[in-house]
Amino acid sequence: MPPIVSICDLRKSYADGSEALKGVSLDIEQGEIIALLGPNGAGKTTLISTVCGITYASSGSVSVAGFDITTDYRKTRAMIGLVPQEITLESFQKVEDSLHFSRGLFNKPHDEAFVESLLKKLSLWDKRDARNMTLSGGMRRRVMIGKALSHQPRILFLDEPTAGVDVELRKDMWDIVRELKEDGVTIILTTHYIEEAEAIADRVGVINGGELLLVEEKNMLMQRMGAKAMRIDLQRPISEIPLTLASYDLRLSADGDALFYNYDTRGERTGITRLLTDISGAGLVLRDLQTSQSSLEDIFVDLVGG
Amino acid sequence: MNLYAIRAIYMFEMARTFRTIGQSIVSPVISTCLYFVVFGTAIGSRIQQVDEVPYGTFIVPGLIMLSVLMQSMTNASFGIYFPKFIGTIYELLSAPVSALEVVIAFVGAAATKALLIGLIILVTAHLFVHIEILHPFWMLSFLVLTCVSFALFGFIIGIWAKNFEQLNLIPMLIITPLVFLGGSFYSISMLPPIWQKITLFNPVVYLISGFRWSFFGTADVAVAISLAAIASFMLFCMGIVWWIFKTGYRLKS
Repeated sequence: MPPIVSICDLRKSYADGSEALKGVSLDIEQGEIIALLGPNGAGKTTLISTVCGITYASSGSVSVAGFDITTDYRKTRAMIGLVPQEITLESFQKVEDSLHFSRGLFNKPHDEAFVESLLKKLSLWDKRDARNMTLSGGMRRRVMIGKALSHQPRILFLDEPTAGVDVELRKDMWDIVRELKEDGVTIILTTHYIEEAEAIADRVGVINGGELLLVEEKNMLMQRMGAKAMRIDLQRPISEIPLTLASYDLRLSADGDALFYNYDTRGERTGITRLLTDISGAGLVLRDLQTSQSSLEDIFVDLVGG
Repeated sequence: MNLYAIRAIYMFEMARTFRTIGQSIVSPVISTCLYFVVFGTAIGSRIQQVDEVPYGTFIVPGLIMLSVLMQSMTNASFGIYFPKFIGTIYELLSAPVSALEVVIAFVGAAATKALLIGLIILVTAHLFVHIEILHPFWMLSFLVLTCVSFALFGFIIGIWAKNFEQLNLIPMLIITPLVFLGGSFYSISMLPPIWQKITLFNPVVYLISGFRWSFFGTADVAVAISLAAIASFMLFCMGIVWWIFKTGYRLKS
């Protein structure tokens, strides 16, 4: 199946010469949840804004379901729902009217029944006659999601949906996202919570400095997360790794007094017992042992920091 | 054509009008009544007829224009500025709507509201003075043309403005003086000769003159020139709006 969103060498630069996107290419498959991770100012929002038509791209192209976002903007935008990072609502508008308004804006006829079901799904039905300004922050966030879903989009962009949201609402959001996925909606979310990407995404993309550093199946990343590193401190420094230990793929520290060994805790055998026996057999004396687990966060920091 | 979007924006803008009915409709009516009391009754009783029309009646078209110009402009400018200010413009920019549809909706709503106010003022004026409209069709045409062209102008101001101060700058500093000096309360023939010439550079003169002609059949400048002036102004505004959406000026970066 062709990708539902295809971003090709997208660049965005501003008049002052700064570059927000430096040639991002990404294919998003239909029905998947992809999380874009990155620190503030990485270019996540610019990427989303460009696909949604809020900002112009300097060069490159984006197609949605095979249609170009510039020449066929009516078709592409009709398929997309956007929940921006900032909560911006017309203060005096009522909740239900807000959803009807957005639905109309996206060229869909008035549909009481659909809006009612959407409000119920988002636990907003009791608040349908409340003005937006009277709602709590969490409720306002729900209204934003309701507006984005009011025209039954096939693709939903969520820009930091859970920033500044309490734990309970965050879990609710994740449930909503999972339900949408079951309905066949493709979801692209940006976040800087690694936990969030882990919880709901199928794929994770890491973006920093306007570049997409990595896009990988979440499970593959999790496997990398399963990796552990062991540091073996030696009594006396050595100049090279003994030949009997060559099969372990060890790394020697610069000053020669520590060995590093990577292993997978989920593997049937970690090889630790055999390694320690062989180290002893090679005549090396241990001073200390430390193990550490790499997390998605480490991978992320590695990528972003490097 | 995304008719649902036009309807949604139009209805939203009109809902705002009715939600703030006090400031939207009642206040222009009250201020018009005050003009009648001051200019029509207190001062007007001491002024002789102008072009064979009693002074109280003579100022009616000017008063209607005064409100209609300001209302169509401020409504349209506020209508598009506010979403920019609070950030809800994102939805408009990401929706499958064309520039033309956005303009029709915002300008249409602002013009409708101004037209309503104009007609309400006309009815209110009836309570003070006797008015006969000689050319009702042209009266309505001038009114609609003015509403639409100044709503377009207001739309441009709303997009251009970066803050509330700028939003009020052009209406207060440029349009208000032009309207007051455009013959709302007097005929150009009442001015000294040199000012009669200078005042012809004021575009509002043509609007008020043409509009007044539709009421009384007398005008300061030829009606065809009035029509041409307002039509040119409308085309000029349309051109700027077209350019705004083509370049994304102050809407998209």
